[in-house]
Amino acid sequence: MLKKRIIPTLLIKNMGLVKDVNFLSERRVGSVLPQIKIYNMREVDELIILDISASRNNTNIDFDEIKEFAKHNFIPLTVGGGINKLAHIEELLLIGADKISINSASYRDKKFIKEAVYNFGSQCIVSSIDYKIKNEKRLCHSISGSVNENKNLIEWIETLQSLGVGEFLLTSIDLDGTMKGYDLELLDIIREKVNIPIIISGGCGSYNDMLNSLNSGADAVAASSIFHFTQLTPNGAKSFLHENGIHVRI
Amino acid sequence: MSQVLIINYELNNINSISNAVSRLGFNYNISNSPFDLKKASKIILPGVGSFDIAMKVLKKNGWVDALNSYSKNYEIPILGICLGMQLLADNSEEGKPCDGLCLVPGKIKKLEQTKNEKIPHVGWNELIQKNKSELFNKIPNHSNFYFVHSYHFLTKNESIVIGKTPYCGEFISAYNHKNIFGVQFHPEKSGKYGLLMLKNFLRL
Repeated sequence: MLKKRIIPTLLIKNMGLVKDVNFLSERRVGSVLPQIKIYNMREVDELIILDISASRNNTNIDFDEIKEFAKHNFIPLTVGGGINKLAHIEELLLIGADKISINSASYRDKKFIKEAVYNFGSQCIVSSIDYKIKNEKRLCHSISGSVNENKNLIEWIETLQSLGVGEFLLTSIDLDGTMKGYDLELLDIIREKVNIPIIISGGCGSYNDMLNSLNSGADAVAASSIFHFTQLTPNGAKSFLHENGIHVRI
Repeated sequence: MSQVLIINYELNNINSISNAVSRLGFNYNISNSPFDLKKASKIILPGVGSFDIAMKVLKKNGWVDALNSYSKNYEIPILGICLGMQLLADNSEEGKPCDGLCLVPGKIKKLEQTKNEKIPHVGWNELIQKNKSELFNKIPNHSNFYFVHSYHFLTKNESIVIGKTPYCGEFISAYNHKNIFGVQFHPEKSGKYGLLMLKNFLRL
């Protein structure tokens, strides 16, 4: 049986590992490479590395840095941050990424998404969407949460799915870093609409939060603060989830 | 000196494979030219991307003819990984349907839902070992490997099937036809058993 995944997210900025709250006030939490080595030693299910300064500064992700990380990585790796050219995708796959997360560029250029899917296959393209709730509506935000695209999240999910992307990484900016639990309501709304894997992100504060999301239709849970700031670990999460009837890889 | 030849054809995850091969202590050559086949003791065909585009690039660089004549005359082990496994088959319906390398009897089709499974098939899933293979030496049956794909291999020749995986019913996730092996999962990203599988291949 296909297992549910627990995915640590590593946010990088200026060579350092950071964590923010609501996409603001980043705190440096260490160096990236030692963290990657630890997660490899513990054989976590997958890693997501996002360069949160690339789109904000309109620069490219640091390919050399990712290449160095990849040298020490033998687990599945998703990489994102300012990806807006097919050449970026090709380079990152060559370096050692397995999936590429695309966010801001999707709003500017749907053709780019189509071409990415055509060239590299659906399985390779992860659509990352960051959203905030305003007047009870979930609205999409780009450029690391700084630009309101005034697009309804549910409609945008349907649009991207029709373009052939292979997976969603959905992050609630309101819940990000708060450790108050994932946006379960969203999972309920999209459960019947989405037929590709969903990684839910933003708000994880306990193993129970993961359990609730996985029971509400998420295929994977991404988490960051919980692993940086508490004693909880991906393997601890899996033991807990296993005891609670979720199929995980132990 | 024995050398692992990793076929480079632009659309692939070469470094993931070469990192793993080098960590296992083997020499490798990331090759752009079929002329390097002479020096190879093992051949790895990696791959991510679309079948038709990959075939176009392989053709352009002379790999199609070279691999065909080479595999008929020599018995060097070849391992296809993910799209590489698919490219070794007869044909695929992905993108613009086209012929593959035709070294392994079978074809490539899109996964079909049997009970609302999500496609692509992404994540860790079991490998159920069928027909004993050296590739899985010391690897417990039902170990988990990492998959990320939408298409799968089908064959009428059950005897070449060495592994299946339960998703969309059950699909063939590993084969061995003569000296050619193929795995749908990514051993280079599947932790300790993935690396062990690669090592088993490199030691053949």
